[in-house]
Amino acid sequence: MSKGKTLIEVEGLKKYFNVGGGGVLKAVNDISFSIAEGETLGLVGESGCGKSTAGRTILRLYEPTAGSVRFNGVDINTLSPGKMKAMRRDMQMIFQDPYASLNPRFTVTDIIGEALDIHKMAGSRKERKKRVEELLDMVGLNPDHATRYPHEFSGGQRQRIGIARALAVNPKFIICDEPISALDVSIQAQVVNLLEDLQNRLGLTYLFIAHDLSMVKHISDRVAVMYLGRIVELAESEELYANPLHPYTKTLLSAIPIPDPEIEANKKRIIHEDHGNGPIHTDKDASVSGGTYDLENSELVEVSKGHFVSMPKKG
Amino acid sequence: MEPILQVKDLHVSFQVKGGEVKAVRGMNFEVGKGETVAIVGESGSGKSVTAQTIMRLIPSPPSIVKQGEILFQGQDILKKSNKQMEAIRGKDIGMIFQDPMTSLNPTIRIGKQITEVLIKHQKMSAGEAKKRAIEMLKLVGIKNAEARFNQYPHEFSGGMRQRAMIAIALACRPSLLIADEPTTALDVTIQAQIMDVMKDMQERLGTSIILITHDLGVVAGMCDRVIVMYAGEVVESGTKWEIFKNPQHPYTKGLLRSMPRLDQKKGEPLIPIIGTPPDLIKPPIGCPFAARCDKAMKVCERIDPEATVFSDTHLARCWNLHPMAKEVHPNE
Ligand SMILES: Nc1ncnc2c1ncn2[C@@H]1O[C@H](COP(=O)(O)OP(=O)(O)OP(=O)(O)O)[C@@H](O)[C@H]1O
Ligand SMILES: Nc1ncnc2c1ncn2[C@@H]1O[C@H](COP(=O)(O)OP(=O)(O)OP(=O)(O)O)[C@@H](O)[C@H]1O
Ligand code: SF4
Ligand SMILES: [Mg+2]
Ligand SMILES: [Mg+2]
Repeated sequence: MSKGKTLIEVEGLKKYFNVGGGGVLKAVNDISFSIAEGETLGLVGESGCGKSTAGRTILRLYEPTAGSVRFNGVDINTLSPGKMKAMRRDMQMIFQDPYASLNPRFTVTDIIGEALDIHKMAGSRKERKKRVEELLDMVGLNPDHATRYPHEFSGGQRQRIGIARALAVNPKFIICDEPISALDVSIQAQVVNLLEDLQNRLGLTYLFIAHDLSMVKHISDRVAVMYLGRIVELAESEELYANPLHPYTKTLLSAIPIPDPEIEANKKRIIHEDHGNGPIHTDKDASVSGGTYDLENSELVEVSKGHFVSMPKKG
Repeated sequence: MEPILQVKDLHVSFQVKGGEVKAVRGMNFEVGKGETVAIVGESGSGKSVTAQTIMRLIPSPPSIVKQGEILFQGQDILKKSNKQMEAIRGKDIGMIFQDPMTSLNPTIRIGKQITEVLIKHQKMSAGEAKKRAIEMLKLVGIKNAEARFNQYPHEFSGGMRQRAMIAIALACRPSLLIADEPTTALDVTIQAQIMDVMKDMQERLGTSIILITHDLGVVAGMCDRVIVMYAGEVVESGTKWEIFKNPQHPYTKGLLRSMPRLDQKKGEPLIPIIGTPPDLIKPPIGCPFAARCDKAMKVCERIDPEATVFSDTHLARCWNLHPMAKEVHPNE
């Protein structure tokens, strides 16, 4: 993997949602990181900690509450709708929920073809059909099934339609939100090899959101751990797994299920005590417990080269 | 162990434009009382269709049960009226669906969706049901459950929706729980917590569980027996020890080999099973794995292999495992 200049720069990004009763839900609460061209940054964390929201806000599918996202040096939140549309071609997302994100009335050809049409990449009818078939083959689906509808596929097959759609427009940056969790492990391996191969050939850059920590370790150059809307640890993947520092990271790594009944039978998990209310902040309850310290008043500190961990702010 | 569920020679097809998709082609398996059985296998191999047929939840048409029996507590589910089935569903057999969005109603608040089930099946009062629903949400690790009770599904994260659905399925304490990829969208700590909730329910109430999952780590931790499916058939089944420590079928071996290991060196590529599964509109007459199998012989393409039995619990369907196999020349 040839890592080049910085492609994505996220700075102080926040996304809040209003919830009932004057409450504010700080789904993404001040995150900053950058990703180099050709790099894969893994993003892991508790369910509901804000990973998908972060992904959507980075692509401006949600307007951020605060902060900026620069793509190739350009602040995308300042772009006009027309410029943003063109930019969308370079930045794609594979969605977590393959059911909700595929139009049930469209055939597979239409779903993938639509992406091509939007960016005027389809060419003649024949070329369009050929490109769709090529993409289906690439993700391990039978091109003969191009005329079928999403509900006629299994969960994992639908996920692959979403992957084919994202790849259709030759993007530079892809946010993969749980792209493989619905697939069996042999197809996971196929898809991950495909993503890695495309990265090597075309220099693609990935933000890879997943719960499967073995796979995240495999695919990522660096890994960021999120907890309650914030990044609590970030390091090179080997370093993070060998030397986790934040209590939440330690809990997470201790809970990885190992495909060996003998190891599973003797496993000890670290239980993470958390008495907080999660990311909902009401007027009455403004602070949040991140275990042993106040996350709201924390900062990322570089403890060794490239290894950052969240600590209470000094002073 | 006395079986609570027996699936016998089940065949399920779908009518589509190009013909008939033979999604399930002769499934046989049993689930004992208090037992946890995992169904693993190729994406598209018929796991969800099998589960939904047991629940009688796939619409017909386009689906057709071509033949077979599904005995639940000795009675054939396929012969029940819709009304009888309605009473069984949710109460005696609970299901956690692979896709939370299709089973949660997007227009109804999460809390109400849980209380509705409790009021209907457990005859609880509205007040009791609310208390129990909040308890259930807490049990599956949803923080601030009182506030979350009033939110809509789209206000939940992917994993939270999945947990809401688990709460619904567990609320009525079914005697058989079918969990289709219950924890795929969850981080490993919450996954472990939910597995504990299921195990705890099983210990207290003797619940039987069918767990459909791609996560072989979860299988190793949670299940008693494992059924491996490929192209609508069971290709191997055994205790988890037999499957993990002594796998026999080339597909099972390939599956175990393709997992990333935590101790794997950086840059070492994963080893997938090359190729794609057969098109189930024209399923092969021989072994469905033949096109991808590096051990395939002539006979494999012509005749579907019989089961070879290794123990009371362990069997696999592959010609190479057949007692007569040594007399067949490779590549013959
Ligand atoms: N449209 C929305 N309206 C209100 N709240 C939302 C909305 N979308 C997400 N949230 C909330 O924001 C928080 C973060 O959700 P998000 O989907 O980003 O989590 P996640 O880390 O992707 O979780 P998972 O691993 O379960 O997919 C959750 O508390 C969720 O309830
Ligand atoms: N409504 C339908 N119409 C036509 N074919 C269908 C329909 N539903 C499912 N199928 C087909 O039946 C087969 C089995 O699907 P099923 O959903 O049971 O797979 P699965 O084993 O659960 O896969 P996954 O692990 O990807 O969820 C697939 O080949 C699928 O394409
Ligand atoms: S029967 Fe033949 S093709 Fe099928 S798994 Fe065995 S060796 Fe391979
Ligand atoms: Mg998510
Ligand atoms: Mg399925």
